[in-house]
Amino acid sequence: MTQPLTLRRDAEIAASTLPALLAKADHLASGVLLGEHGRRRAGQGDDLWQYRPMMQGDSLRSIDWRRSAKGDAQFVRDREWQIAQSVIFWLDQGASMQFAGTKDTESKASRARVLMLAMAILLIRGGERVGLTGFTLPPRRGEQQILRLAEAFSTDDAQDYAPPEARGMIPHAKAVFASDFLGDIDAVEAALAKAADRGVRGVLLQVLDPMEEAFPFEGRTIFESVGRTISFETLKAKDLRDRYLERLNERRDRLQQLCRATGWQFNCHHTNESAQSALLWMWRAFDGGAAR
Amino acid sequence: MIGALGFTAPWLLLGLLALPILWIILRAVPPAPVRRMFPGVVLLLGLKDEEQISDRTPWWLLLLRMLAVAAVIIAMAGPILNPEARDQTSSDAPLLVVMDASWASAPDWRAKMSSLEDRLSQAGRDDRPVALLRLTHPEAPVFQAAGTLISRLTGILPEPWVPTDAMISEATNVLPDGDFDTLWFSDGIARENRAPLLTALEAKGSVTVFESPRSLYGLEPATFEDGAVQLTARRLRPGAEQTITVQAIGPDPSGNETTLATQDLTFAADVLDARGSVEIPAELRARIQRFTIAGSRGAGAVSLPDDTLRRREVALIASSQNREGLELLSPTHYLERALEPTADLIEGGLTDVLPANPDVVVFADVATVSEGEEALLLEWLEKGGMLLRFAGPRLAASDVSRSEEDALMPVRLRAGGRTVGGAMSWGEPKTLAPFDAESPFFGLDIPEDVSVTSQVMAQPDPTLASRVIAQLTDGTPLVTRKRVGQGQIVLIHVTANAEWSNLPLSGLFVEMLERLAVSSITATPEAADLAGTTWQPAKVLDGFGTLRDAQNLPGIAGEELVTAALGPDLRPGLYQGEDRSLARNVVTSATELTPTQWPDRIPVEGLSTSRETPLAGWLLALSMVLLFADVLASLALSGKLRGARVASLIIAATLSFGLPGVSHAQTDDRAAIDATSELRLAHVLTGDDNLDGLAAAGLKGLSDVLYFRTSIEPSDPIGVNLETDELAFFPLLYWPITPDQPTPSVEAYAKLNTYLRTGGMILFDTRDADIASFGTSSPNGRKLQALAAPLDIPPLEPLPQDHVLTRTFYLLQDFPGRYTGRDIWVEAAPADAELIEGMPFRNLNDNVTPVIIGGNDWIGAWATNASGMPLNRLGTGFSGERQREIAYRFGVNLVMHVLTGNYKSDQVHVPALLDRLGQ
Repeated sequence: MTQPLTLRRDAEIAASTLPALLAKADHLASGVLLGEHGRRRAGQGDDLWQYRPMMQGDSLRSIDWRRSAKGDAQFVRDREWQIAQSVIFWLDQGASMQFAGTKDTESKASRARVLMLAMAILLIRGGERVGLTGFTLPPRRGEQQILRLAEAFSTDDAQDYAPPEARGMIPHAKAVFASDFLGDIDAVEAALAKAADRGVRGVLLQVLDPMEEAFPFEGRTIFESVGRTISFETLKAKDLRDRYLERLNERRDRLQQLCRATGWQFNCHHTNESAQSALLWMWRAFDGGAAR
Repeated sequence: MIGALGFTAPWLLLGLLALPILWIILRAVPPAPVRRMFPGVVLLLGLKDEEQISDRTPWWLLLLRMLAVAAVIIAMAGPILNPEARDQTSSDAPLLVVMDASWASAPDWRAKMSSLEDRLSQAGRDDRPVALLRLTHPEAPVFQAAGTLISRLTGILPEPWVPTDAMISEATNVLPDGDFDTLWFSDGIARENRAPLLTALEAKGSVTVFESPRSLYGLEPATFEDGAVQLTARRLRPGAEQTITVQAIGPDPSGNETTLATQDLTFAADVLDARGSVEIPAELRARIQRFTIAGSRGAGAVSLPDDTLRRREVALIASSQNREGLELLSPTHYLERALEPTADLIEGGLTDVLPANPDVVVFADVATVSEGEEALLLEWLEKGGMLLRFAGPRLAASDVSRSEEDALMPVRLRAGGRTVGGAMSWGEPKTLAPFDAESPFFGLDIPEDVSVTSQVMAQPDPTLASRVIAQLTDGTPLVTRKRVGQGQIVLIHVTANAEWSNLPLSGLFVEMLERLAVSSITATPEAADLAGTTWQPAKVLDGFGTLRDAQNLPGIAGEELVTAALGPDLRPGLYQGEDRSLARNVVTSATELTPTQWPDRIPVEGLSTSRETPLAGWLLALSMVLLFADVLASLALSGKLRGARVASLIIAATLSFGLPGVSHAQTDDRAAIDATSELRLAHVLTGDDNLDGLAAAGLKGLSDVLYFRTSIEPSDPIGVNLETDELAFFPLLYWPITPDQPTPSVEAYAKLNTYLRTGGMILFDTRDADIASFGTSSPNGRKLQALAAPLDIPPLEPLPQDHVLTRTFYLLQDFPGRYTGRDIWVEAAPADAELIEGMPFRNLNDNVTPVIIGGNDWIGAWATNASGMPLNRLGTGFSGERQREIAYRFGVNLVMHVLTGNYKSDQVHVPALLDRLGQ
């Protein structure tokens, strides 16, 4: 008897995060729409329509009679950019992303989630097809896809550091990978190589907590990963700081190098910075690398 | 014992030696590691610590722990502040409690009693019998169980006198046999008779004195000099400059006791007395019943005024004042000179002075009075007046009281009078005979040189002998007296000037006037003056200075009254003589007020001894606090406590406690800016949420209409709490009435009145015009009357047809809301407003009417929801919409009227102004 009740409750709990996430992402996306980027899909009567003289092979149906009535020649109205781009997302949902340095900053996962969803909203409104890497959610267009993405983003992975999912990549699609990239760098390298093989280009967004950049620790400390699978004890945490930061920068350089090699773009975003700036960067990076 | 500090278990203090060891042990223990969640841990893997030194506990944390441990050790050693020497109470001899119990003990009587009770309880625990001896009321003390005496303590009160020598000797006599210890509760005033008693008590056992170290105030009797009441207060111990307040207390005109006058007296530093004078009008002065030192208890702080403060009012009526310039011959000259220092003289015609109700009316050779005046005089005499008549040529020549006794004469007179010892007569001038015992003058010395040469003669009558109160040596009456009701008529058979006798030139004349209570006594009389008189106590003081009715206390002989020491037979209080009253006060200028000097061998304890205070509890609490701080510090050190956050919390809490005004002021400012940055209509919050919501919606609807149609562009309306919010920001207050809304406080009414006086307007809406016309016939109307009663509302009238409200924006004749009641009341037009020829309107009030009262539920008609649709249905179909439109128009006119005043009224003058400008 309790099963429907629990089911209902669980469903409501699961759904309760969606509207907030959607609203947040929508809000973030609307900021970009209002900005310098025009809509890619033109409205009625705009310049996007192009008329070309009717040629051999065009069906009578495709003739624009109104335009043709102005003169003697027949014109066909033609949409210049008819094939939508597919954009595939990978969001690191591993436990390490759930880390938030202080109570006031949001976790890396939630920031990355909002950014990805906002990006997805922008792309879908621009007429693109958006999906996930792997086989769970192939790229589709339409508002419904936003809901599906939101749902997919809302789950958390118990695994500590999730490796990038590089399967199911559509050739010549575009990709967005968001993670803290603290896990195994070789997996990232493999994924990028695979993507490059298929001609997939995209952006790599590293989301870090400011605590991870600052390493403000002192004294005897046991560091644990969020999933508690890895731990490390030190007697003087302060002394480790420089060496830690060195390794972090190394990691970043490596990622950048990988990106250059594969034609991707790399950016590092901190959760205490404005989400808008990261979104703008992604959008611009996309625009620059866009097919048109 | 170390100074004022003692220990019950001093050996435990050796434990403090262990502290350094503890320090070393604690120092070696490193703090526990902190567990931190950190995703970057993968980057750390493989790193090595450069030095393998264990982190040490910081020194201040160690110190904190040391202090905590030290506090515990000291607490266990049982520290005691002001430890009492335990051997003092070990005596088991009986305990005699000697109390001065005088008026000087009264100020801290309660403290004395609780101190005594403590001591008695202690004695009870030690099984010592106790006895009590009050020196002001010496009775043979009986040793009994302490509990018995404690139960009697409430009935033991201070007496309003000090122990006299007789009382002390009696007390010495009744001292019980056998050895006993003595506790002497002293009142702190030095008396010579203490020494013998002290010697007697010391012979029986040890003596301990309890004495309050505080100063004591006494108030001397007030005197009347230089037209002001002179007050003198004294204190027992010299000290710093100090100001006390003396109150004059007496009945107000309705008979309730009240403070008639107050005067501050200031003791200069190291001075024992303070003086001051206060001018009190005669009428008030006569009502004063006592002077007290405010805040001071005890009979010594109370002084009773008697006749010395009262100045009698004497009306002098002379037959004629036509002999101008001959002052010495004036019939009233000597009277004036005799009475001036001690009485208030009233001059004028008889009918003028009688309403002033003088104590005495003096007729200096006045023969007849008119019938009307006689009736008035008799009425006044019945009520206790005194008519003092002097003979003279006119009286002698008249037929007054010749054949029949005149109502205003004590005796019948023979025609003509007599002259003796003159150039044309036989005999020597007559001198006065000694006064009889019944005479009011009894006891006065008669100077030998007083002689009488002329007098009017009394007819021998059966009543004559009883009416004579002074006579000449030959037995002829000189002064006769007749009682009339409560008053009396006194005839002096000679003139008031020196024509017939040199009596007015003598001191005896003044004394006689005094005895007759014509003049007031200015100083306490000597014993000799009072010989033979009896005085009845009227009011007496108890030890605490409370004035009580004397009830059936026996009378006191006059000489006793002024000389005898105060005691159970002569209580301080107010004594009533035949025509006068005298007060005996506790403190007089002769009272010795010096602090006691006890011999060095006698231990003297103050009432507030420093009690022994065990400190163990405090120290344990301190160690708890320190340990708690240690917990916090350890947590902070190990990073489990977010130090910054806690600090900010603590700081915020401190700020919010320490600076409560700041946040309020800020919110106040914000509210003020919010209310004033734009015009806002306001409604009074009634506490009924529905109604308040409706009022907000109604004013919102009206604000929108104003916004669309006029240049008034109000912001959202605001609800006003009369108690807390400032009203001055709002030009218009809409006040819907419900029967059960709370009545504003006095302060809120003050605010409302200020608001109304300074140009604000309140629109009262009873919202019941559908069921009641305006008045008290509905609960809302009654509530409105109750609410508006304390408001400063001018006279009202129903809105006249030419009121400016009918044309400030729209031309209106009706003012409907949801209902279409007719009655709307506004400030009444001035009475002189009239219609000027050629003007369409009267020139009415120059101001905005402060109130508008109606019942049409305008907010109901105005109310719209968020999307601008009306909330309430009005009437049916189009007529309802028309009614709503008119209601909005009324609202527009109303706000226009509030904001522009009588501008539209003044518009009628525009043609004349233009004409005058030559256009």
